[in-house]
Parts: sequence; structure tokens; C-alpha cells
Amino acid sequence: MFAYIVRRLVWVVFLLLLITLITFVIFSVLPAGDPARLRAGRQPTPELIQSIRESLGLDKSKPEQFLQYLGNVVQGDFGFSYQNNQDVLPQILDRLPNTMILVVGAVILWLAIGIPIGILSAVKTGSLMDRVIMGLALLAISAPVYFLGLVALFLFADDIGRFPLLPGNSAFNDAEGAADKFLALLMPWAVLAASFAAVYARFLRGGLIEVLNEDYIRTARAKGVSERRVIVKHGLRSALTPIVTLLGLDIGILLGGAILTETVFNIQGMGRFAYDAIVRSDLPIIQGTVLFGAFFIVIMTLIVDIVYAFLDPRVRY
Amino acid sequence: MALLEVRDLAVHFESEDGLVRAVDGISYTVERGRTLGIVGESGSGKSVSSLTVMGLTRARNARISGSVVFDGKELLTASDDDMRGIRGDDIAMIFQDPLSSLHPFYRVGDQIVEAIRAHRDVSKAQARDRAVEMLGLVGIPEPRKRAAAYPHEFSGGMRQRAMIAMALANDPKLLIADEPTTALDVTVQAQILELIERLQQEFDTAVVVITHDLGVVAEMADDIAVMYAGRIIEHAPTDTIFREPEHPYTWGLLRSIPKLDSPRDEALTPIDGRPPSLINLPSGCSFHPRCPYVRPAHRRVEPALEPVEAGGDHRVACLLAHATRRRLWHELRAGRSPEEARSLVEPEEVA
Repeated sequence: MFAYIVRRLVWVVFLLLLITLITFVIFSVLPAGDPARLRAGRQPTPELIQSIRESLGLDKSKPEQFLQYLGNVVQGDFGFSYQNNQDVLPQILDRLPNTMILVVGAVILWLAIGIPIGILSAVKTGSLMDRVIMGLALLAISAPVYFLGLVALFLFADDIGRFPLLPGNSAFNDAEGAADKFLALLMPWAVLAASFAAVYARFLRGGLIEVLNEDYIRTARAKGVSERRVIVKHGLRSALTPIVTLLGLDIGILLGGAILTETVFNIQGMGRFAYDAIVRSDLPIIQGTVLFGAFFIVIMTLIVDIVYAFLDPRVRY
Repeated sequence: MALLEVRDLAVHFESEDGLVRAVDGISYTVERGRTLGIVGESGSGKSVSSLTVMGLTRARNARISGSVVFDGKELLTASDDDMRGIRGDDIAMIFQDPLSSLHPFYRVGDQIVEAIRAHRDVSKAQARDRAVEMLGLVGIPEPRKRAAAYPHEFSGGMRQRAMIAMALANDPKLLIADEPTTALDVTVQAQILELIERLQQEFDTAVVVITHDLGVVAEMADDIAVMYAGRIIEHAPTDTIFREPEHPYTWGLLRSIPKLDSPRDEALTPIDGRPPSLINLPSGCSFHPRCPYVRPAHRRVEPALEPVEAGGDHRVACLLAHATRRRLWHELRAGRSPEEARSLVEPEEVA
């Protein structure tokens, strides 16, 4: 097990190197805007552009630039924003907690909704309730976050909503103190969690139906254990294992930024940060957020693999 | 009173294509401590009938009728709770594939402990001691250590031993073994059958062995019921089935088993044709499309399971006259093909 983790960690380092190279190629080698020109402001003199180019190291060869960038990244230096001249890393670390709160709350919510519904639907397969629930789930999956978010704001936001129940758009930014922040997050959590809850419910339903047809479930019933125990201890135990994989990847992806939710609800998180940087062609920030996003996905994948080994005794290395 | 008495049990499944008559009115009894072998091809209804006895026919489209009386209690109308109390306690079951029948995520010992604690109010430690004792009893070396292993760390034979240990842990009155050796190597098969027989005597358990292989039940069964297309078509003490079988299907089964004393190059004789569709059963005798001795009337008249001799324990569902069947089997045993046998026994009709 220990050797396995070490092996995986080496792999993680290699992957991150590769991702750094790819982001560098995408943003620095492929002809996008010239960073020096972007930075020089309107109608710059050629001398100004040249001096910026030298100060950014853009006059060096591309491999040299990459090595320099890599060296800086390893030391925690992600460069500085073209927009406001501030270091990228502190700005990212500033926004990360907001994304984390958003994601963790949404994860708890969608698991709390999706798992019981999935179980219920699987156990009552084919019943009217199952069909209604799965129909609603399909609806939730089909509704994009920006649509659902706007509908939610339109209905429930306390400033523009028809039924002003919850703090609306920008409430999170303006919130003072934990209680206000919590209230302000209720709507974003629900909106972000909706489609995930639906996906998880459907996924778990399918998995559980399959597992409940396994021979070992028949054995459990033949032993005379209660139906509840058959479903929870024997069925769910197997059906939840693939959910762990899904969950790990989803968390990894979202930690890199829940762009749509953060944008709709004006939450200053990683996604919103990246979105603003893209709008302004702020390359160092884009690079930084992409790297962080990739980092989360790689790390979550590693965690999933390790957790999986604990869950399934057949996969111990 | 018999331990298990099945009367006119029918299990039909409603499907889009029509009614599937998986089990179509079967009756049999099992006495305490005795062994019944139920033999038949895939789809003959042997597994479905035993799962129904256990109350494990869960499909929503199943229509079950008839009566299953176990130890004086009607099971088909028993509540779910009552059935759960009986399953794994009074009636235990082992299945065909011991790998897929054990939960891959739990230790073998824990799975046996669960079976014990589902019915006995004992501590985990006591249940564990019992589980280890059972594992030792079924011939697993170092049972205490092996109890902590996972199913995938066991060989196929060991897994089936563990299943048997689990099934017998609560000292059941009836053990239903559904193709217990089909998934195992031939050498392991014999060991497992011996084990079941030995434990049956030790625990005085009645056993129902379900198999497609007459060889499996030849040694261990007291009686054999041969099933075809959802019905029992011949039922007799094991000796009688092997010595004086009366049904052409049983003859076919017997002639498809290799024998040690027959010449090595002698070809086995398969039964021509395929098992019938359980939705559109053939009219008359459901075996008639495959029967080498069929006569026109057999396509119309449905045979009943009747004693070969009045009051005897050998019953058969065949429309041929008893004397004709005797002579046919005599010719078959002499090594003749069904066609030769038929032309010898009834030359005028074949011509």
C-alpha cells in the first residue's frame, strides 16, 4: 500500500509537470495576444513594448521561458496579474476559501438529497414514485446552472424575487459575519447541487438495481437477514463504491472553480476569478487558475484511488 | 408427517410475450433426514421451484399458486417476517456459483457470523467461535485464520465449503443445494458432494439437490424427481430411476452420461431438439416434439404423473403403455439406437 502511494505520488508530480507544459504552450507559444502589447496600454511606443518584453522575459527562447516559469511556479511564484500588478498566488488563495465553502456545502446537499432518493427509487423500481422522481431528476439534469440560478433568483431573491425568501445576487459579497454568509449561500448551494443530486440519484439507482440482482444479495436474503440490512449493508455497500469515484472527480473539478454558479451569484471564487481573467486576457491569472484546477483534479483522483483500496478489498495493492 | 410437502406448486411469470409457465403444477415431499434430487435441463423449473419454497421468488410479475407445507406450516401464505425467520434457520440454501454468492467486500467469517446472528441471540464473539467451528467442520484448514480472509482469497472449492458452513451454521432442518458443484472442478465436485453427505448425516438434515447432472445425485439422493418444462415427469427412488427408468426423457438423460465400463470410443447420445418455450408449451405431452417414440395421440392428450404399479412409489407421466416402455428400455440398454428399439418393439407402426 505504501509503495503504491509513493508510486502514485511520483505519477502526480509527472502529471502536474505535463499540465504546466501544456498550459504554457497554450498560453505562451500559440499566437494569442502579445502579452507585452496587452500590458503596455493604449498606443504604446515600440520602445515601451520592447522594455516590457525584456522585463517579462519574453525576449528569451520559449524553452528558456518555460524553464523559468516552471522554476518560479515551484517556488510558489505564479507571476503577477497584467491587470493590477499583484502577485497571482495571494489572489488565488484569497478566492479559494469562497469556492471551497460553496463546493463543500453543495456536496453535502447533493449527497443528502441524491443518495436517499436513489435508494428509494432503486428499491421501488417501476413504481409511480420511481417514475415521477426519475422524471424530475431528468429535468434537474437538463436545466443548466445559469438558467436554474436565474430562475431561482427571479423567484426567491429578496431584492428581485416574486417570493422574497432568501438573500439574492451579490448577497455573499456583501455579507458580514458567518450567519449572513450562510444565508447568502443557501441559494447558490441549492442551485449548484440540483443537477448533481439528480445525476447521483440516477447513478445510484442504476447501480443499486444492478447490485440487488447479484447472487450475494440472494445469499443475504437466504440467510434471513432483514430486508433493510440486505439493502443497506449488502446492496448499498457495493453500489456506493463507484459513487466515490464520481464524487472525487466532481469535487476536484468544482474546486477549480464553479464558474457558472459563482458568476450568477457573484461569488468571488476561483471560477469567477478565472472568468474575469479570461475576459481581460490576464494570462498569468488564467495560467494560475488552470494549474490549480488541474492540481485539484489530480489530487482528488489520487485520494479516490486510495479510498477505493480501503473500500474494496479486491483492489488492495 | 413429511418435513416438506409441495402440492400443485405453480410459478408463472407474466411477460410481454405471454405467460411464462416456469413451474406448472409440481408435487413432491421430502422426509426428515432424506435427500431428494431434482434433475432437469436449464429452464425446466427446478431452481425456480426451490427459490419459491424459500420465498425468494421476488419478481413482481410472478404468480404463485399451490401449497408448500414445511414442518406443518404453510409457507406460500406466510408473512415476510415469518419467512425471514425460517430462511437461513430452518431452511438454508447454497448456490451454484460460490464466488458470486459471497459478498466480495466482507470477510468470510463475518458473513457466517451475520447468518448466525440473524437468528440467534448470541454475542459477536460466540457467533465467531461458531463460525470458526463450522469452517473447521467443512474442512477448511486453520479456520480461525481463514475466517478473516475475503472470498477472493479462497479457491472455488473453499468458497463452496464456506457457503456450506454458512448454510449449516444454524443447524437447519432442510438444506436446498442449487447446482452446488456445477461451477467447480470435477475433483472438487466429488469432495463437496461427500462433504454435504457427511454433514447431512451429522446434522440429520434433509437435503434437496437440484442439478442437471444425474451423476451428482446418483450417490447421495434417496429419491429423484425428473423435471421437464415445469413439470415432474418421473419420480422414483434413486435405484429405480437408474435400473428401471420409465420415461423416454429419463432414458435420454441416462444415455447422455458417460460410463466407466462402456467402450472409450462409444459416442454419447444426446437428446435431439431443444427444451420447449415455456410460453407456448407443446400440446399434449410437452416432450412429444423430442420423443423418438411419439404417436399421434400424444400430441393431443396430456399425460398425468401416475404410479407405474398401483400403490408403488415409482410415478411417471408418459402415454406409452408400461409393457412397451419396458421393452424399449430393454433394447436401449442392449445398445440399440432409439430408432432401432422402436422398430423392434413396434415394427408395424413404424412401417
